Amino acid sequence: MATKASRSAARFMMAPAVVLLLGWMLVPLIMTLWFSFTKYLPLRGDSIDRGLDWVGFANYARFLSSSSFWPSVQTTLVMVGGVLLITLVLGILLAILLDQPMWGQGVVRILVIAPFFVMPTVSALVWKNMLMDPVNGIFAHLWRFFGAEPVAWLQDASLSSIIMIVSWQWLPFATLILLTAIQSLDSEQLEAAEMDGAPVLKRFWHIVLPHLARAITIVILIQTIFLLSIFAEIFVTTGGAFGTRTLTYLIFQRVIDSQNIGLGSAGGVYAIILANIVAIFLMRIVGKNLDA
Amino acid sequence: MGQIQLKQVTKSFGDVQVIPPLDLTIQDGEFTVFVGPSGCGKSTLLRLIAGLEDITTGHIEIDGQDATDVVPAKRGLAMVFQSYALYPHMSVRKNIAFPLRMAKLNQAEITKRVERAASVLNLTDYLDRRPGQLSGGQRQRVAIGRAIVRDPAAFLFDEPLSNLDAALRVGMRLEISELHKRLETTMVYVTHDQVEAMTMADKIVVLQAGVIEQVGTPLELYHTPRNTFVAGFIGSPKMNLMTGDEAAKHDAHTIGVRPEHIDVVESGGQWQGTVGVAEHLGSDTFFHIHNTGLAETMTVRAIGDVNLKHGDTIHLAPRVDEIHRFDADGLRIA
Ligand SMILES: Nc1ncnc2c1ncn2[C@@H]1O[C@H](COP(=O)(O)OP(=O)(O)O)[C@@H](O)[C@H]1O
Ligand SMILES: [Mg+2]
Repeated sequence: MATKASRSAARFMMAPAVVLLLGWMLVPLIMTLWFSFTKYLPLRGDSIDRGLDWVGFANYARFLSSSSFWPSVQTTLVMVGGVLLITLVLGILLAILLDQPMWGQGVVRILVIAPFFVMPTVSALVWKNMLMDPVNGIFAHLWRFFGAEPVAWLQDASLSSIIMIVSWQWLPFATLILLTAIQSLDSEQLEAAEMDGAPVLKRFWHIVLPHLARAITIVILIQTIFLLSIFAEIFVTTGGAFGTRTLTYLIFQRVIDSQNIGLGSAGGVYAIILANIVAIFLMRIVGKNLDA
Repeated sequence: MGQIQLKQVTKSFGDVQVIPPLDLTIQDGEFTVFVGPSGCGKSTLLRLIAGLEDITTGHIEIDGQDATDVVPAKRGLAMVFQSYALYPHMSVRKNIAFPLRMAKLNQAEITKRVERAASVLNLTDYLDRRPGQLSGGQRQRVAIGRAIVRDPAAFLFDEPLSNLDAALRVGMRLEISELHKRLETTMVYVTHDQVEAMTMADKIVVLQAGVIEQVGTPLELYHTPRNTFVAGFIGSPKMNLMTGDEAAKHDAHTIGVRPEHIDVVESGGQWQGTVGVAEHLGSDTFFHIHNTGLAETMTVRAIGDVNLKHGDTIHLAPRVDEIHRFDADGLRIA
């Protein structure tokens, strides 16, 4: 892509995709913005054909003053933070483990990646019914085997349970990205550090971790984008009960359960703002801490 | 102090024995160069000394102490890698300070030593840059700086100049030699380039397939190569090796004459051939000669500018007392 001609050719050929993508994103965004400033209750007879009443910031004010709003923001952040923490820590450990030469490496790697191929709904159902069920779940059997009282996971430790399920789904992604990053580390650097007198943990801290910084950033950013909109796992397990109502889920309830599209749209705009705040925040922290 | 002794050391990777039993003593303060063709086990030998590879059998002693099972960090050796192996996310200052930080020296001492190393290596202006912002030669110097701050018992270099361009290589060669003169620390230097070996070494160890072919000073190797391999490997351009009738005349299986020991004469001369390529350097002229009936091609070095060109007949007079003789096993006949 060096010459002017090849650059403009490239632009020309990319144009359809860009226009399509823009349309794809802009149309829903603009409609959400529009609905959020109107009274739109389909069950009360409001419809786009007949024109919607403009209500200004009323929906925003109502969404914000609802008693569920701040708890839902908190739940969202705890869930995203928890999953990020678990997937990163375990992902780094797994990546280091998988990088060691061992017997059956290929098979093990495929097994590790497998959870990523299971649909969220399915995996949440499997966890709910096969593992976490307080009567018939494997965990319950395990607990009883050791003479302990089975835990009603999705009621008593609901948020942690969902974090566990989602972490299980995202661990392969983190592991895969981190593994490729670890494999690109020049082994002479580790040997140099070894000669310089750095024991294993110091080598990890001073050489491996900084080398992984970029991969970690990528994992955090990509996962955050997807985790902010977690839905299926909550829907099939707790249905938003027991303190697992995230912002996404709250919006869903406002739109579908209460049939208040205007209010839901205002929530959607808040979600966009929250996502951006989180993104900026993350870029700052991640960029600073791991780059030094 | 930095005397290194290898006793009956062997190394195998799986079933493949890369280093057959090997004995070698590197004296304190000596500049020892391991030289040999690519894949002959030079790096492996160096890594055995460093402790980065485990010895299969045998012993290594450093200053008379058995170091066979001592971890690399505790051997008191510093290594400069071929890829430099600088830490890319650290500034030059932090790179050089790293071994000191690992040794838990106090900050004042670290600063002092880093500044001193930087001034020795002309790196003072670059201390706050990252390795990625430096040229190849500067990176090389940072790697050396990281090695010298620790005051190691010996330095190990693995082909440190092979990533530099020719001009820089000559410069760095001098710098490393001068560093050795100043520090008087043992240095073990691996290279496949016999010019580096000849110019830098106090002692050269010529290796082939993990076996030591000869150990000696550069001039010993030049004047009395122990076998045809060393004869062909040391010296540039290569020695002319001949077998057959000409060798039989000297009661040998193989004879060798260095290009600089064959005189170009107007007429007469013992040998003659046709000039293939003439390389005019001004100070010398190298002739690659065909049809001598002695060897495929023969290389001859004439002092100054000799005016012969492609296709000309050339008359040659070898200096009889400079002819090396070897027996059927390739070993030197005294
Ligand atoms: N880690 C290893 N595993 C198996 N074989 C190796 C390993 N390292 C080196 N070798 C083999 O040992 C021989 C010597 O290698 P090396 O010491 O790197 O040669 P040099 O540095 O002289 O070019 C080569 O044939 C190489 O293939
Ligand atoms: Mg090598």
